[in-house]
Amino acid sequence: MEKELKLMKGNEAIAEAAIRYGADAYFGYPITPQSEVIEYFMEQNPIERTGMVVLQAESEVAAINMVYGAAACGMAAMTSSSSPGFSLKQEGLSYIAGAELPCLVLNVVRGGPGLGTIQPSQSDYFQSTKGGGHGDYRLIVLAPASVQEMYDFVQIGFDLAFKYRNPVLILSDGIIGQMMEKVEIGPQRVRRTMDEVIKQCPWATTGKTANRERNIITSLDLVASRQEEFNRKLVKKYDTIREKEVRCECINCDDADYVFVAYGTSSRLCMKSMDLLRKEGYKVGLVRPITLFPYPSKIIAGLAERVKGFLTIEMSTGQMVEDVMLAVNGKRPVKHYGRVGGVVPTPEEIVDAMKNFMKGE
Amino acid sequence: MTEEIIIAGFGGQGVLSMGKILAYSGLMQGQEIAWMPSYGPEMRGGTSNVTVIISDERVSSPILTQYDTVIVLNQQSMDKFESTVKPGGTLIFDPNGITKMPTRKDINIFKIEAAQLASDMGNQKVFNMIVLGAFLKVRPIVDNKYVEEGLRHSLPERAHKLIPLNMEAIEKGKNEVVKM
Repeated sequence: MEKELKLMKGNEAIAEAAIRYGADAYFGYPITPQSEVIEYFMEQNPIERTGMVVLQAESEVAAINMVYGAAACGMAAMTSSSSPGFSLKQEGLSYIAGAELPCLVLNVVRGGPGLGTIQPSQSDYFQSTKGGGHGDYRLIVLAPASVQEMYDFVQIGFDLAFKYRNPVLILSDGIIGQMMEKVEIGPQRVRRTMDEVIKQCPWATTGKTANRERNIITSLDLVASRQEEFNRKLVKKYDTIREKEVRCECINCDDADYVFVAYGTSSRLCMKSMDLLRKEGYKVGLVRPITLFPYPSKIIAGLAERVKGFLTIEMSTGQMVEDVMLAVNGKRPVKHYGRVGGVVPTPEEIVDAMKNFMKGE
Repeated sequence: MTEEIIIAGFGGQGVLSMGKILAYSGLMQGQEIAWMPSYGPEMRGGTSNVTVIISDERVSSPILTQYDTVIVLNQQSMDKFESTVKPGGTLIFDPNGITKMPTRKDINIFKIEAAQLASDMGNQKVFNMIVLGAFLKVRPIVDNKYVEEGLRHSLPERAHKLIPLNMEAIEKGKNEVVKM
């Protein structure tokens, strides 16, 4: 079959991918820089294309709770927002994680704190990987660095969500959301029938039948010992995810003296900086974590055995750098360079930051 | 081959759609591409710009400070982007509304009177396609047949009847671009 290639914005690619995946529902509320997600959905009329429900909710809080309800019924449901709106969804995400339900959420990050700015940023790393909502829970976090990955991670994300009964977050930013690139579009998958949903999700509230107990979806257990047991079960699940689901791209690391560590847009900037540095004879590599949880700690720890240092580039005041430090465990110098508040560092500026780092400044 | 381009002008001049058509043409020719608009409060009634990268290889940073080709369509953009042309690179501008001519000696400068030519053609909307034609004459990185395919993919179906007019405007731009 001939490949179907399209020029799409990251935000549009997400929506098209969801329709093609055969997702059942999207609930959202517009906010810059990700309003194209719901705009594209509305334009495409998914209810006609596949029977997928797309609804503009009255607020971000309503949207995430609609996802909670749909997921409880075994539906493949998603929502999207940008930083201030995504903060509003944290309570719902904590409940969904606590109820062990699958869903896909997208954050197209903009500068903060507060209403901040509408320009791109990566300042929601802590919120995404360390919690954000209350309680001991984790999201599986995927960090796309291209429009193609925005498209591909919808399928990967939903599959992981159902495999582990856990919410999956695609952590993007204003650049990846707004940028248009070439996207290879996959075939249209048929949405699951209700029988298939019941078979795939025996835990879902799909209507009690005589041959089984009631399925109850809740995140509440007032017996502390049972809740502790449940927390331990979650930890076990997260450990399995850490073991099996790490994704990471290493570029030019084999002969590298120093490496950049960067995800998403920053990794794209670093690719350019790395090329500029290599042209000047500096052996510089790039580690690009694709999953931020689980974090590619082992890969970084392995590199710490032989490279001279790690420089993280983030559009934040230094968040992911803490995970790099944990992985390197004091063996090598680790530093951070970044711009914030919606300012994007230039590749040349990153070159200078690496040169200063290599000089030990 | 990697060509890094910025197109800058007023919102409404068709800067973004010109970039999109160029990017789609590159895609049709089988190349890697990126199209990155300026987005933010400055777009409301103000200046607008878009970076387009067409390459044989995976595109790295969509955020650049230096370009192989800079296309400027108003004075503000000239002031902001003349200095960002790589040495030996290309600057293309429409003199309409330009009060201070470019001064650099280490780059190739081309003029296209697109606003005037569009007016002569009786259709202001083809302005951006005349500019695109000028670019394609100076930097022939995409074949004409792919440009036509690019138009077909980036324009909605109802506008497909306008493709011949757009191609005519592109030809006009190719014929009328002048080296300074």
